[in-house]
Amino acid sequence: MDLILEGIRQAFLLLFTLDREVLGITWLSLQVSGAATGISLVFGMSVGAVIALTEFPGKRFVISLINTGMGLPPVVVGLFVSIFLWRNGPLGFMEILYTPAAIVIAQAIIATPIITGITLAALQHLPRNLRLQILALGATRLQMVWMLMKEAKLPLLAAVMAGFGGVISEVGASIMVGGNIKGYTRVLTTATVMETGKGNFDIAIALGIILLLLAFTINSILTGIQQRQRPR
Amino acid sequence: MNPAEAILEIHDLEVRRGGVRVLELTGLDVRSGEFLSLIGPNGAGKSTLLLLLACLLPRHRGTLSFRGAEVTEGNGLLEYRRKISMVFQEPLLFDGTVEANVASGLKLRGTNREIIHRTVAECMEQFGIGHLKGRHARKLSGGEAQRTSLARAFAIGPEVIFLDEPFSSLDPPTREGLMDDLQRILRETKTTAVMATHDRVEALRLSDRIAVMKDGEIAQIDSPEEIMNHPRDEFVASFVGVETVLAGEIDGTGTGTVFVQVPGGRIEAVGIGRAGDSVLCCIRPEQVTLTTDASCRDGASARNVFPGKIVKVVPMGLFYKVTMDCGFPITAYVTASSVENLSLAEGSLVCSSFKATSVHLIRK
Repeated sequence: MDLILEGIRQAFLLLFTLDREVLGITWLSLQVSGAATGISLVFGMSVGAVIALTEFPGKRFVISLINTGMGLPPVVVGLFVSIFLWRNGPLGFMEILYTPAAIVIAQAIIATPIITGITLAALQHLPRNLRLQILALGATRLQMVWMLMKEAKLPLLAAVMAGFGGVISEVGASIMVGGNIKGYTRVLTTATVMETGKGNFDIAIALGIILLLLAFTINSILTGIQQRQRPR
Repeated sequence: MNPAEAILEIHDLEVRRGGVRVLELTGLDVRSGEFLSLIGPNGAGKSTLLLLLACLLPRHRGTLSFRGAEVTEGNGLLEYRRKISMVFQEPLLFDGTVEANVASGLKLRGTNREIIHRTVAECMEQFGIGHLKGRHARKLSGGEAQRTSLARAFAIGPEVIFLDEPFSSLDPPTREGLMDDLQRILRETKTTAVMATHDRVEALRLSDRIAVMKDGEIAQIDSPEEIMNHPRDEFVASFVGVETVLAGEIDGTGTGTVFVQVPGGRIEAVGIGRAGDSVLCCIRPEQVTLTTDASCRDGASARNVFPGKIVKVVPMGLFYKVTMDCGFPITAYVTASSVENLSLAEGSLVCSSFKATSVHLIRK
């Protein structure tokens, strides 16, 4: 019990004294997961919209694949990204393994199916005739997609939250492709794993609390936006 | 442009869905300024035709021309869509205020802000929703939402407006009010309208012409009077409210009339024909008169007088639908007060009569 209490005390000390290393790790986590979520949004929303709004053979199969991808195990992603970025791998020439860029790629791969799946479901849940109504109002195809996205903005914000939540908290891929290099690729989750392994529970708890606070803050902001959009 | 001139024309049209033909028309003209209704049962192809006219559905064959110029996927589609409007059964309002909804079509066209503001205000006033301009669309009643949807459609100043059962989910008083307003605004703006509906009363009230659809084809297109009084076939007759359709054979002729032998009786009808011709006798229920003189001796002036027994009395609101067996089945509409005064009930013996002019003959 003392261990936990001491851990919490140490955690708050680290937080309130603005420990440089902890701040650095937090900032990198935010940057990496933010970038990965941003990339996933661009890909996920585009692919989700195309699949939702077009008819093609094998559409159900593709949707099943995306839904499966929503639960993609991070270690499997980490494994494949490592193989691709390995010195002798197909993308080895990029020399980005064990860099923050590698973590961004891995996290983007994890978040993209989540965002694609939720975008797809959100657009498919809009009334069937809404698309025709928008076109009948004189919209171009691009205007139509934009208006549909606006109509589905509440579930789409949920997609952002799910995507960001999924990557900020994953550890497997980050440790495999980032390598947990101090001051370079160490993020909150990998640092927590390492400190726990070393028996430094106080620092691990501190990092855990920061991770929770970070996820809570980001989600609170997004929830605030989401709920403000609801009609009063 | 001459008002009778076609604003929209379709030729040799075919639409398939899942390999099944859902619509096939050799041709249809929509005249400038007219109100055309497409009526028919569910699955007749009304909504499909409407979406097709609005170029919102792909066609497998055929052409659509607007003011004489053909509209295709690659040729003038967006320009065409910006000259039309569509209102669906569900209001399909966007997440925003009433004002933002009414403005949406103009915003898509990049219209100047001041013009948008002025046009939207006018349109909201026309449809009686000016006081709701700041209210969120999700907070509107069914009638208010449909008014907003109509105002949104009219705000862009369409040349043709397509209406897909716009009143069917509204309660009767709301529907009445909205129909009055729509009729007035269409007259004021001289907008051409095409409406799909399964409610023939709605169609009769608003239309200049009615097209009755069945199985993806137009069974008849005519003025409301012509459709009601001279249906072309049994399907149209039954859809427009002809309750009694009797198959028979002409067995004699009179002065401008023919006598038709139907199972259980002989009917005189105005018309020409030769003995031996097979015909259908269509009699509208409101043309049939009922008396309690079961012997039919009280010299009715009508040519067709038949004693019979009531087999069914169904309340229909202001009147009752009374079905009799006169050797053949015949149905009459009787006011509620008459049913009460004459004590009409199942099993009552009555006399039914109708004029020779009340019988519409369809040649088989």
